[in-house]
Amino acid sequence: MIALEAKDLKVGYGKADVLDGVNVKVDEGAIVSLVGPNGAGKTTLLLALTGLLPARGTVSYFGEPMANVSVEDRVARGLCLVPERRELFGDLSVSDNLELGGFSRWMRGERQLRESLEEVFERFPRLRERQDKDASTLSGGERQMLALGRALMAAPRLLLLDEPSLGLAPLIVREIFHIISRLRDNGVSLLVVEQNARAALEVSDYAYVLENGRVSMEGAASDLIDNPRVIDTYLGRRQAY
Amino acid sequence: MDFQIFFFLLEDGIANGAIYALLAVTMVLVFTTTRILFVAQGEFVTFSALTFASLQIGLVPQIIWLLGLLAVIAAAIEIYRAVSDKDFKSIPGTVGLYLVAPFAVIALTIWIAPLGAPMLVQAAVSVAIVTLLGPLVYRIAFQPVSSGSVRLLFVIAIALHFVFQGFGLLFFGAEGFRVDPMIDASFEVGSLIIKAQAILIVGTLALFTALLYVFFGYTIPGKALRATAVNRVGARIVGIKPDLAGKLAFLLTAFIGGVSGVLIVSSTTIYYDSGLLIGLKSVLGAISGGMVSYPAAIIGSIGVGILEGFGAFWASAFTEAIVFSAFIPVLLWLSLRSTPNEEGHEL
Ligand SMILES: Nc1ncnc2c1ncn2[C@@H]1O[C@H](COP(=O)(O)OP(=O)(O)OP(=O)(O)O)[C@@H](O)[C@H]1O
Ligand SMILES: [Mg+2]
Repeated sequence: MIALEAKDLKVGYGKADVLDGVNVKVDEGAIVSLVGPNGAGKTTLLLALTGLLPARGTVSYFGEPMANVSVEDRVARGLCLVPERRELFGDLSVSDNLELGGFSRWMRGERQLRESLEEVFERFPRLRERQDKDASTLSGGERQMLALGRALMAAPRLLLLDEPSLGLAPLIVREIFHIISRLRDNGVSLLVVEQNARAALEVSDYAYVLENGRVSMEGAASDLIDNPRVIDTYLGRRQAY
Repeated sequence: MDFQIFFFLLEDGIANGAIYALLAVTMVLVFTTTRILFVAQGEFVTFSALTFASLQIGLVPQIIWLLGLLAVIAAAIEIYRAVSDKDFKSIPGTVGLYLVAPFAVIALTIWIAPLGAPMLVQAAVSVAIVTLLGPLVYRIAFQPVSSGSVRLLFVIAIALHFVFQGFGLLFFGAEGFRVDPMIDASFEVGSLIIKAQAILIVGTLALFTALLYVFFGYTIPGKALRATAVNRVGARIVGIKPDLAGKLAFLLTAFIGGVSGVLIVSSTTIYYDSGLLIGLKSVLGAISGGMVSYPAAIIGSIGVGILEGFGAFWASAFTEAIVFSAFIPVLLWLSLRSTPNEEGHEL
């Protein structure tokens, strides 16, 4: 089954198109990574897939067209985003942020969010320690964990992660990618945007290279990791990992 | 001025201020969750006050027809949307949500109006009518433009104020109404007289403050409203629909406006056009908290009430002038202190 398929996606912020006919596909249970230089349109692509930006072209999620489905209804169906800017609720406590991550499940009448909260705290013990603190007081790494934990509370089927390792210490980066591959083992499909291309490719099944709003290369992650052009541009300097 | 008069004015001022505080809290709630500076809130107060007064003299309040009309319009909009999205499954739920409650309240009102029902029942019906108006008004007037600028939303709120005031004149006439205090009693503490109605009003403020504290701090819908206020994008990506939050905020606002209306009409004569000043004074209160802080809004509003009480005593013709000019320094200070929104975008 295909978790997500976008065809000929065109997105702009006004004048020129930032994405110029992008095709991407995520198989169910796969980790797909998306690499590319700054300004290539990676964040734009994730925002369009979530429905936060209007897009031309088609997006289907587990076979269903998403054209008339709102952001909130996509989340309710398990299509969840961890945005680049994290978008946490700064004035709310860490545990309130997590609890609200399960809002769409609560709306459906699910009341056992406590267990999911417990699972997130087990994954991120640091968040348990800080559960009563306001989200705005967290460090960069803790914010990342909170954003990921909040998305997990929605019981996602497909997670879109925008730079999950941004600004994190190497040890935590490794931990984050470990969590990403464990999520895949639990049946979650993932589309991961990463600057840390080596770390991403190592856990991924498939990968796309996005340049200037177009897919310039794609293939099995194990092939791209040995591709000379990819090595030169994205893997050249051995990154801290 | 002797101490007795001073205390009398203070008591009156605090009671009025408590009403402004209730309303100011709703102003902050609506503004932070929807970015609407809802100046027409005063009309919810007068509608409820005048509905209550009409019921007390055994008349069917004509405002029920406005409720019926808005319910039908809102249901029609939703059905039209459902049909054009081919989302037929949602139609029965929509009809239930938008039509059943309003028409049940309309029927109840017509039934109890001539009966001379107990005062509390009449108060409850008045509050119910106004409460239902809240989400309908949001659905019809604001939801279609909910992502518009703060300015656009404000202009709509002002327009609504005038439309509502027109309806107020149509339904209730130009005559003022006042009803007997709900509890007509007073206590003497030494040489001071404390009116039970004042205690009722301040007690209501205390009760609502406590209820809202629990609602925002300990329930999921309350936290969802706060989340929408602090980060709209964040709220959307956890599945909180801004429009649902908007309707909930308007429901709460109209409810509190309705309660304030039945309280205020037993201490002040209310006319169809009293809403403007009531609304503006609660805006003053809300602004002293920068439109975001609930405690500051409550304190500011009590200040407005006290100032108004003493102003009326010293120079009654200038009461409003005194109240509003006293806030000029507050506004100046706030505007000097405020820095442009960090991200540079509009709130
Ligand atoms: N809100 C916006 N308004 C106008 N242009 C924008 C906006 N957001 C992004 N852009 C432009 O769209 C292009 C793609 O931006 P995008 O954020 O998608 O890139 P990215 O691949 O995520 O980059 P990075 O690696 O730096 O995160 C850039 O040229 C950027 O300037
Ligand atoms: Mg980006």
